Amino acid sequence: MSTRLHPSHDGMAGRADDIYEALLAAHEGLTEPESAALNARLILLLLNALSDPEAALAAIAAAKGSEK
Amino acid sequence: MGRYLHKRFPYHTPPELRGEPPPPYQVVIIGAGPVGLAAAIDLAIHNIPVVVLDDSDRVSVGSRAICWAKRTLEIFDRLGIGERMVAKGVTWQVGRLFHGEREVYAFDLLPEAGHKMPAFINLQQYYVEEFLVERCADFPNLIDLRWNNKLVSVEQQESGVTIAVETPDGAYNLTAAWLVACDGARSRTRALLGLDFTGRVFEERFLIADVEMKADFPSERWFWFEPTFHTGESALLHKQPDDVYRIDLQLGPDADPEEEKKPERVIPRIKTIVGDRPFELDWVSVYTFQCRRLEKFVHGRVIFAGDSAHIVSPFGARGGNGGIQDADNLAWKLAAVVNGEAGAALLATYDEERTHGADENIRHSARSTNFMTPKGATERVFRRAVLDLAATHIFARRMVNSGRLSAPCSLAGHALQTPAEDTNGALPGQVCPDAPLISPHGENVFLLTLLGNDFKLLALFGIEPPPGIGLPLIKIGPGGYADRDGFAEARLGRGVLYLIRPDQHIAARFTAPTASDVARALRRARGLTPSDPVPA
Repeated sequence: MSTRLHPSHDGMAGRADDIYEALLAAHEGLTEPESAALNARLILLLLNALSDPEAALAAIAAAKGSEK
Repeated sequence: MGRYLHKRFPYHTPPELRGEPPPPYQVVIIGAGPVGLAAAIDLAIHNIPVVVLDDSDRVSVGSRAICWAKRTLEIFDRLGIGERMVAKGVTWQVGRLFHGEREVYAFDLLPEAGHKMPAFINLQQYYVEEFLVERCADFPNLIDLRWNNKLVSVEQQESGVTIAVETPDGAYNLTAAWLVACDGARSRTRALLGLDFTGRVFEERFLIADVEMKADFPSERWFWFEPTFHTGESALLHKQPDDVYRIDLQLGPDADPEEEKKPERVIPRIKTIVGDRPFELDWVSVYTFQCRRLEKFVHGRVIFAGDSAHIVSPFGARGGNGGIQDADNLAWKLAAVVNGEAGAALLATYDEERTHGADENIRHSARSTNFMTPKGATERVFRRAVLDLAATHIFARRMVNSGRLSAPCSLAGHALQTPAEDTNGALPGQVCPDAPLISPHGENVFLLTLLGNDFKLLALFGIEPPPGIGLPLIKIGPGGYADRDGFAEARLGRGVLYLIRPDQHIAARFTAPTASDVARALRRARGLTPSDPVPA
């Protein structure tokens, strides 16, 4: 597994609150379909920004695992 | 201009019904479509007599397979019709992709220089079949092409196949050592043997139409997601020779194929794309798509090739191109078996290599079809996100899937290939790349033309093959062909010796070979084990 996906990894550099706030703000005032579209674009951008296809696949698997 | 005139090919009473003793048949091919005819010509080139049966007496009605990829054109060039196809076909390299009214992006296939054949041409299947039929006439003593000869039963024995055939003059039986079934997606051979496909059927229906009109549309592939001019999910416009345009419209799963084929339904749809200019409807068909194949392509003495063995959705042009690669892979192997130079092990590699090729085509075409037919809200949301981002982001353009265009299949890792120790140049399994050369006499010639139809050794720049291999040698570099523009060196390297198969795939490559290294690789490429006798 990519170290960036390890449960102990914290890549937020102390700015977790900033990022969470920005994420919610981006969705503010959007309808459900608009929010879903925003999330989809965000996911695609992030998967690309990883610049690591194996890590992208691992991230999808990790997200799937968290459903349990 | 003029609409294609379907000539009727003459039926001749077969020797069996003229009271003549039938010759001992080696190979009977069922189906005179592109794959069956290509296989017949390739076998004839290898000096194997073939009889080809077709249940009709004319070439394909409708354009059907129109998009021929570079590798297929190279194969057709080896068979003798490549230049004719390129001269008649529409060469294209630009594709435009629209989402609704918006052009999302355009791509340019930017064909590399230094290849004899272009990246793609569009040419109606009926022309390809016509050219192949005419080429068959160059082998009057080897190709016995029988129109209006319909297969009605198949019976396999240990040493051959006996079939019953119906003709306008009555029925006859024919026994051959091998039967090659090239009788298409609804293969009667397959049905008679009780074989079925495994894989996926897509529910979506698509309308395909050939429209003849004078228009100044460029030679480009135009693809729309969620087009504004019709209610379906997608549309495709592609130019063919003779002012004929291919239009594909995705209709959705609930469309009634018989209703949708009626001109009063089709013509208004076409008008929304082409506007008010006059046009004629040449051909209409409604399809559902399947991505399926036979589990095995070789069943005793019966061998399946083309759509009889595997079917894909048309987006990506993998049906016709994949079928021609089947014929290319099979012909030299079957010729070797008929000549007693190889056994069942070599034919098993046809199954191994072409089921691999079919899986590759099925995987790509299933992915394209999935992208074009999103199921449920989430798939639709993601597709929309990809299309939105594709306007500005390169990575998202790579995700847009309106068909992944057919690329040559690598046979790396399969039984006939000897793995290379290093990774310089081209690798075993790949098709030998083409390159423009100059002969010692100063003539321009392409490498693939020199390779021809048989095993060859290819030596680049200062490597000498060990003596006693007994194969023709093509030498590039001092004392041999000149590498006119440097493409041979760039694509194949320096100081390298290649063993090339008759289908122009690389079987092995060497940098310091001994005679026994090369001999071992050659035996392996011929499907022989160390205990088999050496072919004469």
